[in-house]
Amino acid sequence: MSDLNTKPNIDGVDDFYAELLAAHEGLSKEQSDGLNARLVLILANHIGERATLSQALAAAAQTKE
Amino acid sequence: MQDRYTLADKVYPYERSADQDQDAPVRHPVVVMGGGPVGIATALDLGQQGVPVVVLDDHEGIGMGSRAICFSKRCLEVADRYGAGKPMVDKGVVWNLGKVFHKDDKVFEFNLLPEEGHEYPAFINLQQPYFERFMIDRARELQAQGAPIQIRGKNRIDNVEVKDDHVVLDVMTPDGPYKLEAEWLIGCDGASSPLRTMLDLDFTGKVFQDSFLIADIKMKSGMEFPTERWFWFEPTHGSGASTLLHKQPDDVWRVDFQIGWDVDRKEEMKEENIRRRLDAFLGDEVEYDMVWSSIYTFQCKRMDSFRHGRVLFAGDAAHQVSPFGARGANSGMQDVDNLGWKLGMVLNGKAPESLIDTYNTERVHGADENILNSTRSTDFITPKSEMSKLLRDSVLELSENFEFARPMVNSGRLSVPCTYDGSSLNSADALNGPARTRPGSACPDAPLGDEFLLPKLSGKFTLLTIDADAPDSIEESGIEVTRLALSVKDDKTLALKDRYLGDCPSGVYLIRPDQHVAARRPSFDENQFRAAIRRATGQE
Ligand SMILES: Cc1cc2nc3c(=O)[nH]c(=O)nc-3n(C[C@H](O)[C@H](O)[C@H](O)COP(=O)(O)OP(=O)(O)OC[C@H]3O[C@@H](n4cnc5c(N)ncnc54)[C@H](O)[C@@H]3O)c2cc1C
Repeated sequence: MSDLNTKPNIDGVDDFYAELLAAHEGLSKEQSDGLNARLVLILANHIGERATLSQALAAAAQTKE
Repeated sequence: MQDRYTLADKVYPYERSADQDQDAPVRHPVVVMGGGPVGIATALDLGQQGVPVVVLDDHEGIGMGSRAICFSKRCLEVADRYGAGKPMVDKGVVWNLGKVFHKDDKVFEFNLLPEEGHEYPAFINLQQPYFERFMIDRARELQAQGAPIQIRGKNRIDNVEVKDDHVVLDVMTPDGPYKLEAEWLIGCDGASSPLRTMLDLDFTGKVFQDSFLIADIKMKSGMEFPTERWFWFEPTHGSGASTLLHKQPDDVWRVDFQIGWDVDRKEEMKEENIRRRLDAFLGDEVEYDMVWSSIYTFQCKRMDSFRHGRVLFAGDAAHQVSPFGARGANSGMQDVDNLGWKLGMVLNGKAPESLIDTYNTERVHGADENILNSTRSTDFITPKSEMSKLLRDSVLELSENFEFARPMVNSGRLSVPCTYDGSSLNSADALNGPARTRPGSACPDAPLGDEFLLPKLSGKFTLLTIDADAPDSIEESGIEVTRLALSVKDDKTLALKDRYLGDCPSGVYLIRPDQHVAARRPSFDENQFRAAIRRATGQE
């Protein structure tokens, strides 16, 4: 079982961030929400590990405050 | 005595019983309140064991209209234990193909690809009146062979008085009232259980704010429709959050419209209005006759405890679930499966009365599992918040192009048998075998040449040995256990090996009369198995 990796893990992180913003460009709030939701589902499936997903959910909830 | 509903089949007309002419109330070991599917199944279980059972129902037969249409493998296997499974499958419709639509577009289709090597299919569609009819036919057959089963129509229980070791019943009949006594009373009196009310017992959970319009229609000749399950999320035809189309025997189709909470039931139930929905949905060219229609709402609720001294509850009286996943009658049958042998043993003095408490713990576990699953389906079908709707729609959207999202689509998870993990009747798992046959599991079927495994495991304690030695029978604390000696060579398909041994070279299983695994080990260890038998019968 792999723990949630919270260390930097993406090569060329600026590129990725720009790509994420570009994907949302020109979309309405509603379309953007849809994109995010689909992205979450796609990434979650890729990760697959149930425990890791729970840790990710907890981590995301934590930073919400 | 007025009927509360129309009968499809007057299969147990009122007859005066000798009990009505006695000065003092006659005492019976078991009285079952309610002759629905769960009550009749209880009579079959006990009657087959030779335990006298009296079923009292306030009507004289089977109610009109099919409520349940989908019966699962485990339910059919239980019915087979009672000798009623085969006619159900012969009459029922087996289907494997399903299609899922979102706003009228097909998003994907699936084939259930059922696992091979089972006598019974994963599920069948069959009108509930047939399901009940086959069990009553079987009860008649058992009666003719001398089984101590009585079914008394138009015998309504109006009041009960619960004593320490029996229950006193006030029964109303067309000839007036009489009194009966029961050592055990089993409440199988349905979702609105008058017995629960008489005893002032809680039924807690969630009521869902939604209603469903069911229309069973018979296609006119020449109308071809495939034997598939079609499920629409947010169809644009008619209003409603979902629609289900499903085939039943006799060219009858079930159409189930989810029509929301604030509806005018009277208005919706008018034939012209039902037809308007149906026509919008099926297209004007499709011709059909209406067979039955009804509007229903549902709740996910259960009693805190299914045992109250000498009163037990089973079926809808004990728990109610949403219809998504076909868990109502299916779980009721598993209640009976669980209760029957325990009650038989206690009545025959072979097990302590505390064994009955494990009926409560095991079946509460089953009910919770069913409620959890059907609540999840409901949440998917009718999302409660903006975000849950967004996620649901995203899953549907993705499922069109990406296989991974399809298993997330939840239009009802079909009932699978409950595993009694953590039950006090289980012995610790001592075999490094497949998880699906760990202690607490319902035994999966396996082919044995022209025959099948499950019928050989019915109604008694069995020591199943696979390539292992053991005595032909053992008796422990009055419990007779007979050996069923098999070898992986008995099944060329290797299903027996896959399901019961995995990578282990041999295995010995102690199996309960309801075909659930009580203990398993790589070989026969007499002391361990004797302890397991005592444990499985509540004596340890
Ligand atoms: C629309 C719909 C669809 C469904 N689909 C499915 C499905 O596909 N698969 C599935 O497994 N389940 C399904 N179900 C659930 C299924 O119909 C029930 O779970 C099942 O009928 C419960 O059986 P029961 O014997 O517990 O209760 P019931 O069938 O309700 O029987 C109770 C009996 O007790 C009698 N009774 C009541 N009061 C008294 C009294 N005072 N004295 C004597 N007798 C009394 C009643 O007359 C009745 O005969 C569906 C239900 C609905 C409403």
